[in-house]
Amino acid sequence: MDAEQKFTSRTWPESPEKTTLEGKNKFLGFWLFLGGETVLFASLFATYLALKDKVPSDDHALAIDMFELPLVFIMTMLLLTSSLTSVYAMYHMKNYNFQKMKTWLIITVGLGLAFLGFEIYEFNHYVHEYHHTFTSSAFGSSFYTLVGFHGAHVVVGLGWFLLLLIRNTNRGLNLYNAPKFFLASLYWHFIDVVWVFIFTVVYLMGMVG
Amino acid sequence: MSTVAQKQGFLAVLWDYLTTVDHKKIAILYLISGGFFFLVGGIEAMIIRIQLAVPDNNFVSAGLYNEILTMHGTTMIFLAAMPLLFAFMNAVVPLQIGARDVAFPFLNSLGFWLFFFGGIFLNLSWFLGGAPDAGWTSYASLSITSEGHGIDFYVLGLQISGAGTLIAGINFLVTIINMRAPGMTYMRMPLFTWSTFVASALILFAFPPLTVGLFLMLFDRMFGANFFDVSMGGNTIIWEHLFWIFGHPEVYILILPAFGIFSEIFATFSRKRLFGYAAMVFATVLIGFLGFMVWAHHMFTVGLGPTANAIFAVATMAIAVPTGVKIFNWMLTMWGGSIVFTTPMLYAVAFIPSFTAGGVTGVMLASAAADYQYHDTYFVVAHFHYVIVGGVVLGLLAGTHFYWPKMFGTMLNEFLGKITFWLFLIGFHATFFVQHFLGLMGMPRRIWKFLDGQGLNLFNLISTIGAVFMAVAVLVLVYNIIITQIKNVRVGNDPWGDGRTLEWAIASPPPFYNFKQLPLVRGLDPYWIEKMEGNTKMTPAEPVGDIHMPNNSFIPFVMSLGLFIAAFGAMYQVDWRASDGESFVWAIPVLIIGLLITLGSMAVRSLKDDHGYHIHKEDLLKDDEGGRE
Amino acid sequence: MATQQSTSANPKVNYEYRRKKAAEEMRKHVTSFALMIFVTLIAFIMVLAGFDKTFVYPVLLALAALQVVLQLYYFMHMSHKGHGAAALFLYSGALVAFITILTFLTIVWW
Ligand code: HEM
Ligand SMILES: [Cu+2]
Repeated sequence: MDAEQKFTSRTWPESPEKTTLEGKNKFLGFWLFLGGETVLFASLFATYLALKDKVPSDDHALAIDMFELPLVFIMTMLLLTSSLTSVYAMYHMKNYNFQKMKTWLIITVGLGLAFLGFEIYEFNHYVHEYHHTFTSSAFGSSFYTLVGFHGAHVVVGLGWFLLLLIRNTNRGLNLYNAPKFFLASLYWHFIDVVWVFIFTVVYLMGMVG
Repeated sequence: MSTVAQKQGFLAVLWDYLTTVDHKKIAILYLISGGFFFLVGGIEAMIIRIQLAVPDNNFVSAGLYNEILTMHGTTMIFLAAMPLLFAFMNAVVPLQIGARDVAFPFLNSLGFWLFFFGGIFLNLSWFLGGAPDAGWTSYASLSITSEGHGIDFYVLGLQISGAGTLIAGINFLVTIINMRAPGMTYMRMPLFTWSTFVASALILFAFPPLTVGLFLMLFDRMFGANFFDVSMGGNTIIWEHLFWIFGHPEVYILILPAFGIFSEIFATFSRKRLFGYAAMVFATVLIGFLGFMVWAHHMFTVGLGPTANAIFAVATMAIAVPTGVKIFNWMLTMWGGSIVFTTPMLYAVAFIPSFTAGGVTGVMLASAAADYQYHDTYFVVAHFHYVIVGGVVLGLLAGTHFYWPKMFGTMLNEFLGKITFWLFLIGFHATFFVQHFLGLMGMPRRIWKFLDGQGLNLFNLISTIGAVFMAVAVLVLVYNIIITQIKNVRVGNDPWGDGRTLEWAIASPPPFYNFKQLPLVRGLDPYWIEKMEGNTKMTPAEPVGDIHMPNNSFIPFVMSLGLFIAAFGAMYQVDWRASDGESFVWAIPVLIIGLLITLGSMAVRSLKDDHGYHIHKEDLLKDDEGGRE
Repeated sequence: MATQQSTSANPKVNYEYRRKKAAEEMRKHVTSFALMIFVTLIAFIMVLAGFDKTFVYPVLLALAALQVVLQLYYFMHMSHKGHGAAALFLYSGALVAFITILTFLTIVWW
């Protein structure tokens, strides 16, 4: 009955994220939200594709001039790996091993921060090397909006993980916070899914021409 | 429910409503604010009709006319029709499925307050330099060049209230999927629940494109982006697509719940099971699905090319098929039934021909080639008012009468109700029927005045007279509501006597915890089944036990208020930058403070545990002896 | 909200079985991660190699789709039971997403 009820690894239920009705509702609600987010990002992708390389004059840099494989590759690896580390965290959550879960989440957050660092470097690079800014062309507006929305999702995801970690450091797992950790990691995977399309559609296809 | 509640001071009641997470109270909040915006939009409509009553009129100036026209459409769609539907969904759907509560009571309240503050923000434009003036569709080519802050109010206001709508949609979806009472299978759900379900799914997928469109517009107007600036490589067609990818599903978000309300009314007052229940469900889902495939019928004249136009024309016409299925099922529900012509039933019966007329003109408009003639004329205005007023608004008025006793425990006066009905119906057809011909005669929509001697005088005058009828009808309804509440004659759980679904098995208004024991559902129209077997109550599916309830919270209000404040900052930082930091220095700080309020209250919500509380079994039993229920 | 406990009569057996199953699943996750890395590598190499875009585009998209499926079904557990409604809504969203992108590639007027 009590959401703060203490468990042992033996009494801990198999799907702690869906054991309470509240958890079940959150779980489903969050998946639905991700369905909506899919359409949100699709609209941003569509806008980007319609405005790709649409610049006011010839002296503006285009996708093919700017993007660089190594940087995108590193960012991709960071985010992909962070997806795996958050899976590890959830594995330990289901095994009722709070300490290990925490460790893996902290690693996840670290990888996410590194990703963000590279993204900031990248944007800065485009602005200063190529004068490719948010206001310089329709291409610029749509590029920074799409990739920036993704970046904002990363920030939110990191903030969410951190908030949960800080709030629950000394509490351990219970049926009240397990769904929260689970949803945050679901969100994190979704961010990775979006990135798969960004590196494919924006960067790789952009570099092919 | 004792008299204690009524003796509470005004402030206590106010505080209760500001913090409530009870879906029945949130329903009342939606009803009051939606009703308020309906009156505001109605006044705007009257001004439009007065201006167009006679040729070459100068009742309002051209610029003001554009603002009023824009605000009429925007208000009616986003701030009146949708919230009023949410009122009934909140009041009825959880009861219809025998749920203890909605899935996310806190988010439900957040959804309401976001809508509310977004609506207030939008309407404050009247007092702060002028309202938006680019039409409710706010096409980018026009709106990015519109001066002043009108469009900014539109963008920010809709962004805030749109977030609320999305939240409400998710809440209903999860409620319906997860919270049904034992035995309430999907194919036993009442049609109003089904249509709420499908409309919520449409909200889930239709609002994100609007959100993106509004963001692009916001970035263009307030932060120097170039999405719609052709000289910088931009493209205004992007806005049209995003707007209509949202916009067409939106019209179904409005009409489907109205269909649901009518389905309940037809079955109830024909005292017959809804004809073709399974087909009705299927048609509802199919309409929802097709609703996403047709948006470009609003863009036939853009020049998308014959292939695109043909595809979208065919898809559009296809929607008429499931819609027709529904029309016939309603008629066959009445066929052979023992019909009682109560006020809600009058609305339902009048809805059929009215809405069908709108559907027929819709199919006419869907012929892309012919649409080059109709497009942007009064013919289109006639079409969408036939479907929206003849469908949605009649549904809302019917729902008001039908569900009033459930929401407030009193019965609206039937005689006055019928007066409203007849005045409104006559006024509606007088106003809009002639507009078909005005359109065919070539009168463009969204014009400020027309000239004498073009044969447009008579029909425009008739149209205005019709509008007066509708206005009077609404005033009678308001009077009806006031005297009903003053007389305060209480009614029982099944005031119409023929209630079929679960909401009629519970007291009017229901206790705050809804069903003391979750009811056992044994088939479609569960309450009717019990009545036919001579039972007065539902068979409980569980013993009396403690009930878990969520705590009230002020946080949704504060969260929404934060965005409301931030919106002012976002808007006026434009002037701050334009003045090189000379004036409006407060803009950026206000933006930041507003966002901090929102983020801070989110953090509080997440950090502070809120486990709710329990009503104990003993108290529930005591309630039984003492209370009226 | 009673918490549903073990489904087996013997909690001990059930516990060990669950542990083993979870560990097994974790191994599968690592495998699918390796696969994702592999797929990503192929994608990047294809671009480096400089093939013609009529060939590269479809392959890149197919690889992205494969990778997303791995994320959804392994990392996000969509193959587990109780994901019916989630899948329905996610795929509906994907359909709307697809149509939106298709129109923006074909009929935005240039
Ligand atoms: C059989 C069903 C329907 C068909 C075939 C249909 C078709 C159309 C078409 C082709 C247009 C574009 C006309 C133009 O601008 O040239 C249109 C406009 C419109 N329709 Fe419908 N429609 C149908 C039902 C509805 C319903 C149920 C609603 C609302 C509840 C609705 C609301 C509107 C609105 C608001 C507009 C005008 C939008 C604007 O330009 O401001 N329609 N309809
Ligand atoms: Cu439409």
